[in-house]
Amino acid sequence: MAEAILRMRQITKTFPGVKALQDVNLDVARGEVHAICGENGAGKSTLMKVLSGVYPHGSYEGDIEFDGSVVAFKDIRDSEKDGVVIIHQELALSPFLSVAENIFLGNERSTKGFIDWNETNLLAAKLLKRVGLTLNPVTRAGDIGVGKQQLVEIAKALSKNVKLLILDEPTAALNDEDSAHLLGLVRGLRDEGITCIIISHKLNEIRAIADSVTILRDGKTIETLSLHDGSVTEDRIIKGMVGRELQSRYPHRTPSIGAEVLRIEDWTVHHPQEHSRIVVDNAHLHVRAGEIVGIAGLMGAGRTELAMSIFGRSYGSRITGTLYKNGKVITPRTVSEAIRHGIAYATEDRKKYGLNLIDDIKRNVSGAALGKLSRRGWVDSGREAVVAGDYRKSMNIKAPSVTSITGKLSGGNQQKVVLSKWMFADPDVLILDEPTRGIDVGAKYEIYTIINQLAAQGKALIVISSELPELLGICDRIYTLAEGAITAEVSIHEATPELLMQHMTKEKD
Amino acid sequence: MASTLSTAGRFLASRLRQIGIFVALLVIVTLFQVLTGGSLLQPDNVSNIIVQNSYILLLAIGMVMIIVAGHIDLSVGSVAAFVGAMSGIMVQDWSMPWWLAFLASLAIGALVGAWQGFWVAYVGIPAFIVTLAGMLVFRGLTQIVLENQRITGFPEEYRQLGGGFLFPGLFPPETNILDWTTVGLGILAVALLVISQLRGRASRAKLNLEDEPKAWFFTKLVFIAGIILGLTYLLAGSRSGTPIVLVVLGILIVAYSAVMSNSVFGRHIYARGGNLQAAQLSGINTKKIDFYLFVNMGVLAALAGLIFTGRLNSAGPGAGNLFELDAIAAAFIGGAAVTGGVGTVIGAITGGLIMGVLNNGMSLLGVGIDYQQFIKGMVLLLAVGFDVFNKRRASNALK
Repeated sequence: MAEAILRMRQITKTFPGVKALQDVNLDVARGEVHAICGENGAGKSTLMKVLSGVYPHGSYEGDIEFDGSVVAFKDIRDSEKDGVVIIHQELALSPFLSVAENIFLGNERSTKGFIDWNETNLLAAKLLKRVGLTLNPVTRAGDIGVGKQQLVEIAKALSKNVKLLILDEPTAALNDEDSAHLLGLVRGLRDEGITCIIISHKLNEIRAIADSVTILRDGKTIETLSLHDGSVTEDRIIKGMVGRELQSRYPHRTPSIGAEVLRIEDWTVHHPQEHSRIVVDNAHLHVRAGEIVGIAGLMGAGRTELAMSIFGRSYGSRITGTLYKNGKVITPRTVSEAIRHGIAYATEDRKKYGLNLIDDIKRNVSGAALGKLSRRGWVDSGREAVVAGDYRKSMNIKAPSVTSITGKLSGGNQQKVVLSKWMFADPDVLILDEPTRGIDVGAKYEIYTIINQLAAQGKALIVISSELPELLGICDRIYTLAEGAITAEVSIHEATPELLMQHMTKEKD
Repeated sequence: MASTLSTAGRFLASRLRQIGIFVALLVIVTLFQVLTGGSLLQPDNVSNIIVQNSYILLLAIGMVMIIVAGHIDLSVGSVAAFVGAMSGIMVQDWSMPWWLAFLASLAIGALVGAWQGFWVAYVGIPAFIVTLAGMLVFRGLTQIVLENQRITGFPEEYRQLGGGFLFPGLFPPETNILDWTTVGLGILAVALLVISQLRGRASRAKLNLEDEPKAWFFTKLVFIAGIILGLTYLLAGSRSGTPIVLVVLGILIVAYSAVMSNSVFGRHIYARGGNLQAAQLSGINTKKIDFYLFVNMGVLAALAGLIFTGRLNSAGPGAGNLFELDAIAAAFIGGAAVTGGVGTVIGAITGGLIMGVLNNGMSLLGVGIDYQQFIKGMVLLLAVGFDVFNKRRASNALK
């Protein structure tokens, strides 16, 4: 192995209640493309944030040795000074500034505080040429496509004399042509001597471009494989990513499945702003009473978008396709219509979309069905408190009273409030998007138990999750989603993590 | 023993944050009462404070609702002036009966509100812009319809709303120590308060939801009743008894407090201001809420316009200037959050009274308008600053 440019030793990073990284080791050789693989939540992004100083030195344990010396980055500026540049999954360009201004943002070409526009634009043009973009540097960043924006990000990195470039899911939002161009560029940078770390879910990409791959699972390093001799197949990588044992972390349930409740056919959804971009592609699925159906897909596969487009078109534009409820066609155009049709959606981001964090438990619980607690527009607060109190007991929401502010509860208890809200609305179909994200193991078990109870009551459940073991542990049937399309429907008896991962990483035909 | 003490202490501390604004009002009243050598709480002056500030308090009710939803309304002063002018034209130029002109004026207010609500809710222009435009548009319209003239000489009945008193002369002060109409009203108000509070507590206790200690509940009740009776005593001893506008204001405060805390509409306003996306994903029609909030604000601004036009017996092109800022200040001093989701009608009224007492007290002391502006500005800044500081401390204590 060539000389190492980066050695991360025994990195441990703890968040309140969660060990995100545990004794992780990472060696990257100078001048290679090093891929990092793992399921969502395996700790990839956390590791990169430790490396780039987003989590400053002192907030984690372990050592980082970069370019021959031990480093202690205080923040991103500090790491960039040493030549470590990270390009995040969510692009960080300011849409109203020009491409040149974006490239030199925070690093302006100036004399005595005044911007030297000629130098700015000239240097920007040179950098753009290096990344293969023929673009006027004064174009507004918001006016160019995502693929070109990604390249501008790389140009920005090059302006900082980058030695180690970290790309977090660089091709997740790109089409095939843009992806190919980007990967070619990464190869070119390697040949110029710039080391790259690339995080990607697309295994064929990794095989095509990376020299070696490190696999993370549950916050631990599993293995580092060299991709040079060609003996490492995609299946081999998948095995490393998912190879954990299924323990009895899931409550037992005997399914009793009834008639079909919800079905979608030819469901196609376009991006709300970029109307030509297809986010959900001709999807078909159905769910029956008492059944728990899983949707497995990697980040960016269109899981949330699919769910929200069903839920009263709360996502997307130019939605086509047919929605059947109990065999009849329905067309809910707003969230309240969807709720009236008995459809509920519990969001993956409960803080942003699920709860009024400055209000108390009872008012959040009643939020989606206040009509059930009111007569002629006046709310029966007493009954509301009783209802919320009942849920607090039955769901085991740990809070001093139903007047506790939801923003002060733990993630698990917040999730129980969200679930209570939708249980009180009494839907026939409940779509749960990442119901256990950010929740500790004990609370997860409770959430699974609640899901099982709902199924036993005859509700139809759709569970979206990034955690394959979770889906395998609670579902009766699993759909896999890749690039907005349903790539497979797998019954629980034939489902294995490897099989699911294969379908989840499948390229579109 | 020590632990019960500290529990009680913690309870008091948490309540003090809630009642801080009322304590502030009391402190300011006491301060000026002392500084003015007792002039502040002279019966006629108290009556004066209420009438003088009635329209600001009225606007503050609508404003706090708008602010809780996460909006702002800069146009209320202009809208009030416009409606005052239109009412003047209706009763003077068109010889409309006063009651018909009142109804028509409220309808105009509703239309103006619907116009602004349309742009905010259905076109999606920020309320700041829409109502900034409205501030200019309706000020301009006021001047246009008045042809830059002042309308005066309003009919007697019209002027009652802003400047009249309840049954004056029924108990002439020459033969009666107190105005017994006012005394009766005060006792009625206290009786209603005690009955509703006791019933509320009883129903909460039945459901096992009561978390307020008995001592605190009764202290609070006695305190509020004491304030109402004190006010009653002062007004009953004043020259003319109860201002009509106080009765109107009292009814509106009670009604809107109920709407905000107990109606579906009120709940949806808090939900919308607290987390817009979560409210939408709970099936709440937030556009409809925004629209009707502005309609409501328009009606209240119209009512405010009728009151001050009646009180001044004049509708002029410059009327109602800067009312919006007083109403906004009242809401924020009263604890409303700039980011929305937080605020109460009672808080806004208290905030408005703080401003009113400051104005009146400083005028009594002969403080110039220049210093008055400066001091009111500082009070607004410090009041909100104190609130922010308190919240930060509370959230830090949790970490």
